[in-house]
Amino acid sequence: MELLAFGKTGWGDELFYATLMTIAVSITAMLVGFLFALIFTPLKLSKYKALNLVGNFYTTVIRGVPELLVIYLFFFGGSGAIMYVASIFGYYEYIEINAFITGSMAIGIISGAYSTEVFRGAIQSIDKGQFEAAKVLGINKFGQFYKIILPQMLRLAIPNLSNVWQITLKDTSLISVTGLVEIMRQSYIAAGSTRDPLFFYSFAAVLYLLLTYVSMKLINKLEVKYSRGY
Amino acid sequence: MDLDLMITSFPKLLGATIVTLKLLSASLFFGLFLGLFFAILRLNKNIFINKFAYVYSYIFRGTPLLVQIFIIYFGLGQIEYLRTTFLWVILKEPYWCAIIAFTLNTGAYTSEILRSAFQTIKPGIIEAGKSLGISNKIIFFKIQIPIAIRQSLPAYGNEIILMMKGTSLASTVTLMDLTGVAKYIISTTFKPIEVFVVAGGIYLFMTFIIHNVIKYLEKKYSFQQ
Repeated sequence: MELLAFGKTGWGDELFYATLMTIAVSITAMLVGFLFALIFTPLKLSKYKALNLVGNFYTTVIRGVPELLVIYLFFFGGSGAIMYVASIFGYYEYIEINAFITGSMAIGIISGAYSTEVFRGAIQSIDKGQFEAAKVLGINKFGQFYKIILPQMLRLAIPNLSNVWQITLKDTSLISVTGLVEIMRQSYIAAGSTRDPLFFYSFAAVLYLLLTYVSMKLINKLEVKYSRGY
Repeated sequence: MDLDLMITSFPKLLGATIVTLKLLSASLFFGLFLGLFFAILRLNKNIFINKFAYVYSYIFRGTPLLVQIFIIYFGLGQIEYLRTTFLWVILKEPYWCAIIAFTLNTGAYTSEILRSAFQTIKPGIIEAGKSLGISNKIIFFKIQIPIAIRQSLPAYGNEIILMMKGTSLASTVTLMDLTGVAKYIISTTFKPIEVFVVAGGIYLFMTFIIHNVIKYLEKKYSFQQ
């Protein structure tokens, strides 16, 4: 227990902040993922073959390639890509992107591919009559989506989105390879300096279990809220 | 795009793919047995056996695979007693540590897949077997298991693909699998996109093969023939 003391003697506070970092990265990545899902779900459901192809390409490639490889691509290629764009605008200095942004972008893109699939499935399972009824009532496209389709879709999507959240949360452990100090990285540092890897990695496992357990409980509450009336 | 690099790195990456495939097949093989074992425990009526299997699958599904590998590779070596036993021969090799971690991980997911498959078998089928005077053992092996396998094929196919992606974590414990070699080439040439295209292409090709094999098996073993 001494190892977990707060302050200078133990690793308690460091691990506490690392846990906050893991939560922050997971939430950011999840939101980035929603953004991607917002772009690619309509593409996958579009009438046009070419747009379908773009949507399918995204979800197939990201879901078929290991997360670690995507993270390496962002880690090694991220600043290069930004510098290339900057050089077009006449800026040639070295640009370093911070590990938080690289990490949450990489995980976000992965999480987005899963979210896209969830949203696609949820929209497709809504009865066609709902779309038609909305149209007949003269509701505009915006209202159709936000007031009629979205509430019904969320109910169906939440259980699967909770899976995506779990995957995203666990994937953030991989960002430790880029040096961002989250749970895994902090445990690695602590294990290295105290020569007690068994304790610190087991403790990391407990922290992850706690995170998944608490988030499951919260999501279950959401699920109950959105399935009222069914 | 540096085409030369893509061409020269292709054989290296292909060689590393063999390591990935070895890790994958070994962990799937052991994981399937482990999964079946724990699925049967989950169906047991004894609450302690039942809970034990549940806790196992909860822990391994609730923590990242990276933590599991690190605990086994870095953590277990710390126990002095283990170093004196024959287990140390296995545990000092990163290759076997990775396989143990992957097996335990895929075993947890497989046990969930198989459990739900067993639970969806209609009681009428088992009762029909019983009324024909077939022994419980034969009902289990000749009726329940084949139906469960068929039921769990789509989910198990996903698990194989997830596990294939999971083997990339072996590169974090010094193994030179496909991702490990890809990272090495990227960090020496600083050409991430080219290497990503080649390595990612190989991974996608494997995903494609697995996907189609599972699809074929699903069709072959479908109920409506």
